[in-house]
Amino acid sequence: MQPTDIHNPNYFHKVVDCQWACPAHTPVPEYIRLIAQERYTEAYMINWESNVFPGILGRTCDRPCEPACRRVRTEEKPVAICRLKRVAADHKGDITQYLPKVPKKKNGKRIALFGAGPASLAVARDLLPLGYIIDMFDRDPGGGGMMRSQIPAFRLPKDVLEEEVDLIVNMGVNARYNYEITSMKEMLDMDYDAYFVGTGAPRGRDLELPGRKEVSKHISIGIDWLSSVAFGHTTSISGKVIVMGGGNTAMDCCRTSNRLGAECVTVVVRSAFDVMKASDWEKEDAMAEGIPILNNRPPKEFVHENGKLKGVVFGRVKPIEADGRLKYVPTGEPDVFIEANHILMAIGQENHCPWIERNLGIEFDKWDCPVIDEDSLQSTHEKIFFGGDSAFGPENIIWASAHAHKAAISIHLFCQGKDPKHDRPPEAVNLISQKMGLHEWSYDAEHDPSQRHIVPHADLKRSLDNIKVEVELGFDEDLGFKEAQRCLNCDVQTVFTEKLCIECDACVDICPMDCITFTPNAPEAELRTALTAPAETLDQDLYVSETLPTNRVMVKDEDLCLHCGLCAERCPTNAWDMQKSIIHIPQLSSYAE
Amino acid sequence: MTFVPKPKARHPLLKTNEIGLTRRDYEAIVSTLCAGCGHDSVSAAVIQACHELSIPPHQFAKVSGIGCSSKTPSYFLGNAHGFNSVHGRMPSIATGAYLANKELKYIGISGDGDSASIGLGQFAHIIRRKVDMCYIVDNNGTYGLTKGQFSATNDMGSTSKRGVPNLYAPIDLVSLAIQLGASFVARSFSGDKQQLIPLIKAAVLHKGFAFIDVISPCVMFNNHEGSTKSYSHVRNHTEPVVDANLIMPRDEIAVEYEEGTTISVPMHDGSKLQLRKLSDSYEPNDRVSALTYVQKAQEEGEIVTGLLFLEEDAVDCHDILGTSDTPFNGLAQENLCPGAEKLVQINESLR
Ligand SMILES: Cc1cc2nc3c(=O)[nH]c(=O)nc-3n(C[C@H](O)[C@H](O)[C@H](O)COP(=O)(O)OP(=O)(O)OC[C@H]3O[C@@H](n4cnc5c(N)ncnc54)[C@H](O)[C@@H]3O)c2cc1C
Ligand SMILES: Cc1ncc(C[n+]2csc(CCOP(=O)(O)OP(=O)(O)O)c2C)c(N)n1
Ligand code: SF4
Ligand code: SF4
Ligand code: SF4
Ligand SMILES: [Mg+2]
Repeated sequence: MQPTDIHNPNYFHKVVDCQWACPAHTPVPEYIRLIAQERYTEAYMINWESNVFPGILGRTCDRPCEPACRRVRTEEKPVAICRLKRVAADHKGDITQYLPKVPKKKNGKRIALFGAGPASLAVARDLLPLGYIIDMFDRDPGGGGMMRSQIPAFRLPKDVLEEEVDLIVNMGVNARYNYEITSMKEMLDMDYDAYFVGTGAPRGRDLELPGRKEVSKHISIGIDWLSSVAFGHTTSISGKVIVMGGGNTAMDCCRTSNRLGAECVTVVVRSAFDVMKASDWEKEDAMAEGIPILNNRPPKEFVHENGKLKGVVFGRVKPIEADGRLKYVPTGEPDVFIEANHILMAIGQENHCPWIERNLGIEFDKWDCPVIDEDSLQSTHEKIFFGGDSAFGPENIIWASAHAHKAAISIHLFCQGKDPKHDRPPEAVNLISQKMGLHEWSYDAEHDPSQRHIVPHADLKRSLDNIKVEVELGFDEDLGFKEAQRCLNCDVQTVFTEKLCIECDACVDICPMDCITFTPNAPEAELRTALTAPAETLDQDLYVSETLPTNRVMVKDEDLCLHCGLCAERCPTNAWDMQKSIIHIPQLSSYAE
Repeated sequence: MTFVPKPKARHPLLKTNEIGLTRRDYEAIVSTLCAGCGHDSVSAAVIQACHELSIPPHQFAKVSGIGCSSKTPSYFLGNAHGFNSVHGRMPSIATGAYLANKELKYIGISGDGDSASIGLGQFAHIIRRKVDMCYIVDNNGTYGLTKGQFSATNDMGSTSKRGVPNLYAPIDLVSLAIQLGASFVARSFSGDKQQLIPLIKAAVLHKGFAFIDVISPCVMFNNHEGSTKSYSHVRNHTEPVVDANLIMPRDEIAVEYEEGTTISVPMHDGSKLQLRKLSDSYEPNDRVSALTYVQKAQEEGEIVTGLLFLEEDAVDCHDILGTSDTPFNGLAQENLCPGAEKLVQINESLR
């Protein structure tokens, strides 16, 4: 193999598994260390800069970082990264002094943001410090998008939502609420310098089955129903409720029904339990509240008596694997009838923009999605950028933030007459030694073997009685500290300097995870099997040195490294050093400085 | 010296041996020696070898004297028996222990100071007495623990860290061991585990006195230019002459070797020791010719390594003395101490 180029910003970025997996590339270990030092405000600000909504995300994030966490591979359960974010938010002090300054004198460029969801808000936050004039339009009466209209209060209390939304709006956004956009052409006529479409994926899917028309007053589209609950138009639901669908919307629908007075709630899913779209913890929470989830039951017919819903007939199927894909075949058992007085349909959403005229130069593909450049998020109309759910279909809040950072850079480049795709600033990496003294490191290198700590929950009865009672209580400072100690500090990298190595093997012998091997060089596939312990996680890189005096190379499998620093402790010549990698993900704020 | 304890976490794919243990189960507390000390590599090799032998750690007894090297039994086989004796006196302790219980596997760790200076007399006599053990000298040519004085194995002309040359000719422990009747004599290098591990395995299984001289650089006091026991000097001057490979009964594989270059020796537990000659003129079964070869090479400044001498079907001191196969701790009180009357009888018979 070729020697590893550790100055390629992606190399060590990939080693920080959580940061690499986070769409917004939040520097996770950095804020976790600050939490352990009780520096909550700084921990919060690191999050705020990367992902914009730490308090909200600390409760609701889809957490793609957690399955990626190295701790999953070294001992099963990931660090509770998401809940630690909440610790920072819950315990932070006054942040005003850390907020970016918004100039009074504007730069003369006017930007229109459509929708006031997380995507638009984050674009506003990035653009305001550079003097842009921001007009944000939304048909809802307040900002936050689906974070306000969909995510129920028992998961995301209103004050937490409003604190972070208002923080941005108060930076100087001209918010135009209760403003329905009905024509793109009309908006283009207002002649803004650039437009950002952050209108989300607001249309819930429906299901045409026999009886659908007749019982329509007993069926609600899940997301419409949730938003009418969020805005206080719906305050109760009675009788037996069936929630159809297996995603997070279905989980929010069933748990909300449970709190609004339903006699009984059943979730019925077409597919198998394991492949349901809902996150594991959402399923667990719903089941912990006593809600049954029935799988492998495709709906067949709505049964009614003169338009009065009686229930739904479901078929029975079983999943079989064919060509690596799941296929469902009937089991042959008789259909099942489940009684119901009300049905909540939660089977998916679409990013549907009927208000965009198709003759303005904005191209749409065959699935009726806008054609967008993935790097710049620019549409085929140069002034118009997309982000969040409206760009590539429904995702989540953290993706909306990530898109927003990209789009903000693009809009800035565009407004300066530069090319949003090719003039983007590059990523970079800085490496800083963490050695403080002979056996002193500036980070807590010692490995903490404790198991993942469980977030305490509110009393079940109390939370079922009141939709506003937040279910999760969050970690207190003590649990937060303990959980923070589980982090392996994957951003403190093992950096090897060939010319210092005397090949004494001390590092090989001490490494608890058998990461290091000195061996003759070979092609990657061969090297992976020739190491002290086989390197079977193929997406984890091998760190390969230049050839050493004995004609061997040092090969380190990054996969299971605990970043314990023992290799550097034992190395007599400092050929190993522990160096913090700071990955510079371009953000508009770096232009402001 | 390391202050961070070695984490218990381990690689999930670490191999288990025949008795279900991983290599990590053969470790002990973390070493307090200088970072990079060759002795730590020897400990790592002992750990690996004992793991591969699938012998439970508690069936080993570790014995040592005084020195950095003699401290190392604390850093391997945490669940084994052990005795850290006074300087140069490990052979007495080992002999006593072995006479009392021949069922344990004995690993002795000593230093060049411990065995070639203060303990040279004891070293000579344990060989002569043919105690069944694996005796390792971590040879760094210096008294590491007492801060770097020349030891008796330091080569003449080799310089101290300050550049002062050593004025005395060295004692070669390998030559001594061959001459004094050791039945297994090897030399290796702490930086070459591929060679060292099979040697330790074979030495543990060998019946009779097995000696391994391991050149093990002292990074603190004897790893500079001018030293003949530094990592780079040893790497540039070693000549491996006989490769040893222990083939356990379970992984017996048909290895084809050229006629005449390979000797296959059956071991007591059913495994096979294969010796592969790397030098045509080397005769590992002949004391005189082995000794001549080793000494000649030494004169030329070359360090011959590998399994340098092997006597098959060797005897040990229990065979010579006809003493009890049953460990003392397994003998009944009346057998251990037959009483005054018996003593009188014995005394009478000797008059
Ligand atoms: C029930 C449910 C639960 C969810 N739970 C989570 C969760 O726990 N964690 C998570 O990360 N994600 C969750 N999501 C997804 C998440 O809410 C979205 O991915 C995210 O809000 C998308 O942000 P956005 O800014 O792109 O759009 P949105 O948040 O959808 O905001 C779009 C805004 O545009 C406005 N708008 C749309 N069309 C027009 C128009 N024509 N004129 C004027 N205004 C318009 C809408 O009113 C809305 O306010 C959930 C989604 C649903 C449906
Ligand atoms: C009876 C006695 N004399 C002297 C000493 C001092 N002493 C301690 S270790 C040592 C030399 C050890 O050298 P070596 O055996 O080569 O071990 P190393 O530290 O080099 O591994 C000496 C002389 C002692 N502990 N006891
Ligand atoms: S930091 Fe060094 S010793 Fe620790 S696990 Fe990683 S490679 Fe091994
Ligand atoms: S401990 Fe240091 S000098 Fe020794 S082999 Fe490892 S990197 Fe090289
Ligand atoms: S002084 Fe020398 S022999 Fe002793 S621990 Fe340090 S390097 Fe090893
Ligand atoms: Mg010594």
